[in-house]
Amino acid sequence: MTIDDIMQIPPYSLGKDEKGKILTERLVDLTEHHRENCPEYRAILEAMGYDGRKVRNYKDLPFLPVRLFKELSLKSVPQEEVVKTMTSSGTSGQAVSRIYLDRTTSANQQKAMVKVVSDFTGSGRMPMVILDCPSVVKDRRMFSARGAGILGFSIFGAKKIYALDDEMRLDVDGLAAFLEKYNGRDILLFGFTFMVWQHFYKELLRLKGERITFDLSRGILIHGGGWKKLVSEAVSPEEFHKRLKDVCGLDRIHDYYGMVEQTGCIYMQCEYGHLHASVFSDVIMRRPLDFSECGIGEKGIIQVVSVLPESYPGHSLLTEDEGILLGEDDCPCGRKGKYFEVLGRLKDAEIRGCSDTYAVKFGEKYDG
Amino acid sequence: MNNTEKYNQAFMETFELKAEQLPGLEYQAIPAWDSVGHMGLVAALEDVFDIMMDTDDIIDFSSYEKGMEILSKNYNIKF
Repeated sequence: MTIDDIMQIPPYSLGKDEKGKILTERLVDLTEHHRENCPEYRAILEAMGYDGRKVRNYKDLPFLPVRLFKELSLKSVPQEEVVKTMTSSGTSGQAVSRIYLDRTTSANQQKAMVKVVSDFTGSGRMPMVILDCPSVVKDRRMFSARGAGILGFSIFGAKKIYALDDEMRLDVDGLAAFLEKYNGRDILLFGFTFMVWQHFYKELLRLKGERITFDLSRGILIHGGGWKKLVSEAVSPEEFHKRLKDVCGLDRIHDYYGMVEQTGCIYMQCEYGHLHASVFSDVIMRRPLDFSECGIGEKGIIQVVSVLPESYPGHSLLTEDEGILLGEDDCPCGRKGKYFEVLGRLKDAEIRGCSDTYAVKFGEKYDG
Repeated sequence: MNNTEKYNQAFMETFELKAEQLPGLEYQAIPAWDSVGHMGLVAALEDVFDIMMDTDDIIDFSSYEKGMEILSKNYNIKF
């Protein structure tokens, strides 16, 4: 099955066996492709004694630690085919990952993302409020994870506004006018978790005290980027949802899990609060001691695989996050595939979620 | 302005090009037509033709010619 065939599969339609077969075939091919085209990757496989003939299942394939993309410049295409370079978020003093995209990989990322998100929001485009500032997407050749997220989701926005200015202040009049204009329609809101909380929710709460209110009961909020900072403020996902609902009526709220190293393959949260793997990617929870696969309900380090990366060897990666597999093919929402929960960063791992690194900078600036 | 002129104008204004540079132009072939430019082009076309394009069509919109084909086939715009 080619990548173009895989892109045609409805994202949550395949059960374990069928999906496993497709992933294995594609990921073995990708391993071979990167071995041939990326010298550093080839050297790593050789050092590990990798033998492709012994692979029976995609779970047997080697995985690279995500931080390797900070240390090495890994690409499987000539530099002249690179159309876009994405960087992970990193706070000052931290190295950033560099992910090199060619036209094919970049286009497939956008396609996969549209298929995944449409399953939750419907395929129609909506007026969209971006809960961030416009300067995030200013440099067009070099995208931060935040910029990439905003840009990827922008395709769902028919008319768009940035709700924050470059000083991260809420544009109260602009937002009011926008909501007035599209009154009675579903509105898509997108932002990073910490920024939604810090610069949107808190401001709405303050405004409510001045009797300025917004009705976002027709809103659909998609947010991602990490909870770490909010955990330290003692804001749980349930609290986040409840407080937003109380302040502006917003009730359709989807968190997502994703990373710049596998853009496009995001894991969206369903109506039951579970993150879901689509047919384009998968998660495997690993035991920290021997990297064997965890059972359902057992905490482990999250490995992510994706069928998309052709221009860089990022199809199988070990993240620095911990998670728990909750089940497979039997979520009450009806979507097939694995569903899981992310517990957060491994202890002592660097802070690097887009929302979280912003939080650190924010903390440095304002908390002293 | 006829539809071809409107279509060309959206391209020329979004990417700062001249009309003779448009035929054969492909997505990602010039720096201006990157993913950011693409959404700018879509917004310009939606304004000038008063349409709302589907996400699938935005993704398939891979060249100057392909865009015309999509607009005439799916949005009843005659060139």
